[in-house]
Amino acid sequence: MATAAVATRRPGPGDRARRWASGFRERDTWWAYAFLAPWAFGFLVFTAGAMVWGAIISFTNYSVVAPSHGVGLANYRAIASDPYALLSLKNSFEMTAIYVPFEMGLALLFASMLAKITRFDGFFRTVYYLPVMTPTVAIGGMYLLMFNGPYGLVDQFLGIFHIPEPYWLTDPNWIKPGIAAMLVWQVGGNTVLYLAAIKNVPQQLYEAASIDGASAWRRFKDVTLPMISPTLFFTFVILTVYGLQVFDQIYTAFYNPSNAKISSDTSLMYVIYLFQQAFDYLHMGFASAMAWLLFGIIMVITVFQILFSKRFVYYEGEQR
Amino acid sequence: MSRRWKAIGALAVALVVAAIAVTAAAAHSKSTKSTKFSGTLNIMGFGTNGDDVAKNRFAIAQKAIAPAKVNAPNGGFNEQQFLTDIASKQVPDLVYWDRSYVGTYAAKGALMPLDSCIKSDKIDTSQYRQAALQSVTYNGHIYGIPEFFDVRTLIVDTHVADASGVTGKMLNTANPTVLKQAALKMYQHNGSQVTRIGFDPKLPEFFPLWAKAFGANILSKDGLHPDLNSPQAIAALTYANSLIQAQGGYNAFLAFRNTWDFFGSDNQVDKNQVGAWPMEEWYYNVLASSSPNVTVTAIPFRSKTGDPINYSTGSAWSIPKGAKNVAAACQWMKTMTQASTWETVANIRKAAYAKAGQYWTGLFTANAKADAAINKPTAGEPKKWASIITTVENAEKYSFAIPASPASAQFNTAWTNAVNRVLQGQQTPTQALNQAQKEAVAAIKAATKK
Repeated sequence: MATAAVATRRPGPGDRARRWASGFRERDTWWAYAFLAPWAFGFLVFTAGAMVWGAIISFTNYSVVAPSHGVGLANYRAIASDPYALLSLKNSFEMTAIYVPFEMGLALLFASMLAKITRFDGFFRTVYYLPVMTPTVAIGGMYLLMFNGPYGLVDQFLGIFHIPEPYWLTDPNWIKPGIAAMLVWQVGGNTVLYLAAIKNVPQQLYEAASIDGASAWRRFKDVTLPMISPTLFFTFVILTVYGLQVFDQIYTAFYNPSNAKISSDTSLMYVIYLFQQAFDYLHMGFASAMAWLLFGIIMVITVFQILFSKRFVYYEGEQR
Repeated sequence: MSRRWKAIGALAVALVVAAIAVTAAAAHSKSTKSTKFSGTLNIMGFGTNGDDVAKNRFAIAQKAIAPAKVNAPNGGFNEQQFLTDIASKQVPDLVYWDRSYVGTYAAKGALMPLDSCIKSDKIDTSQYRQAALQSVTYNGHIYGIPEFFDVRTLIVDTHVADASGVTGKMLNTANPTVLKQAALKMYQHNGSQVTRIGFDPKLPEFFPLWAKAFGANILSKDGLHPDLNSPQAIAALTYANSLIQAQGGYNAFLAFRNTWDFFGSDNQVDKNQVGAWPMEEWYYNVLASSSPNVTVTAIPFRSKTGDPINYSTGSAWSIPKGAKNVAAACQWMKTMTQASTWETVANIRKAAYAKAGQYWTGLFTANAKADAAINKPTAGEPKKWASIITTVENAEKYSFAIPASPASAQFNTAWTNAVNRVLQGQQTPTQALNQAQKEAVAAIKAATKK
């Protein structure tokens, strides 16, 4: 009986600690920690440390240049009553809601096209990926040229098909779709991810579907999409986070001091307003509270996405 | 050792000690006598890669503080870096920045008032233009030594004006009705696309100029009381916006303006894409070098009372609190902005321009004494450029500036956003400026709260 009891005993915290400590008798363990150390140091100092410091100053009126003192929850309450904070949050949500499906759809289209190419496929993959290398500030500058109403390349292209040519930079109805379109410039990154996922779909599934008489659309919908759903879900989460945090391109295009003439209530994204509060108005405490609020919002959205994903994401080998 | 040798040894030691002491004293005396400046002067915002005027003044100022060394990394003022420097208590000795920053940082106690520096270095503040001094004065103390001075006049493409039957008299901002007629005469379009702007009011950037022309002071002299929604300010925005709406509307107007080759030889004046617009004086220099044969003239911007007015902005030097080399910083500011320095570098530029066959279009500084000496047309200068220099210099005398405010950035954002909301058709001028007034009042109140 005693033997059976010992055999079924679950390892306690003490056992785990002992096992962890015994690992250090191995030389490889030391090497592993040595390789991890630079990252761990960087994370603790530049990410976790900055986050903790940000959390502390979010409860103060810290401005860098003047003496500061604690203000309790005043910064968080001020966000709730600041019309620009709420407007910029709404703008960020709307822009992300346009951007994420647009980027995913386009990346999927390009990946599906690339998957069909058998000759020079490496060349085409490179061509699609190259725009990802463009510096984000350059993308913001280029946006002003390419989306400059009827004089920009985009409208001239739309004009060929007699599609009405919007004023992307100044018309409040078109500013957010324009920004989303600018961000899609770097669609190549997700295209490559989707392409890899599509190439990993077992060929026999397509063959079986074809034998059953499935059309190309049915094969795509019922074979490709479920099989690449983990990758789609991953990019869905990452792009949502990116959309809510995007800064460089929008700041360069609309808020660079030399371009202040086209900044507007419609182009004011949450992170842009956060930056203005911190570095233009020196409200570091308020800006830190904004940053933590955004962190919380993104966490909640991500949790919802994960819960939601259980219905739609299929992991190979799982029982459904 | 005999007593004799001991005595000789003691004498020798005494002589060596005396010699060392005398030499050290002499060296100390020499160093305190001739070395007023020492160490390194750390400057932010003014590097060594500027134009000839910047480089030559830098060399003169460097000599003035020798043997102190100068550390001036290239690049303009970087607010994020400056804040980092303040946080780490490693501030530069001098910052070179836009005058609009001064009020905010002075109000937060991050700058040194320059009273003692002005007194000890005998800096003659009367040589600086009043408008420039006003924008660096907060709570009765000067926090910056003003340097350049932007002068805004109307640049007129006389070829376009003549061809459209518009005379100089019609391009008078004192008479809004006639000015609008002139704008429409010069304006051209092809369907919904603008092909020539008749008159560009330069919104949102020049809203303070329009407001002042209509009789509004958008901020009180002490920088604490905004008045963005006065009837005059609303009338000014209504009128300036109407100029844009009458010339194709904001979207088409701005999209066309964005296509201009502003700094190139195919600029909007060379291509006859604009009739007239208010602009800073440095643009004459751009035109003189990129397309010297364009037909342009300068007309002063006038208020509704008919008097010339100029909305002035520009740069300044300030010393952050905690700077270590204050003596060198004071001398540097004094040297960089004094009349003799400006005259020296202007003469060098004039000579270089004459050699290159380029026309002199003036150098406009915050130092009135310097401007009077350097802004004279050079021998053989075409009448066109000579008359522009005279008009610009005359306009300088009628300058105003936005006073230093403890919430300059928020005040500027408030009116800029208001103007943009009007231009984009989201609000009427009254709604937009009412909102801007509310925002500006709240920002200044928060900035002055102890």
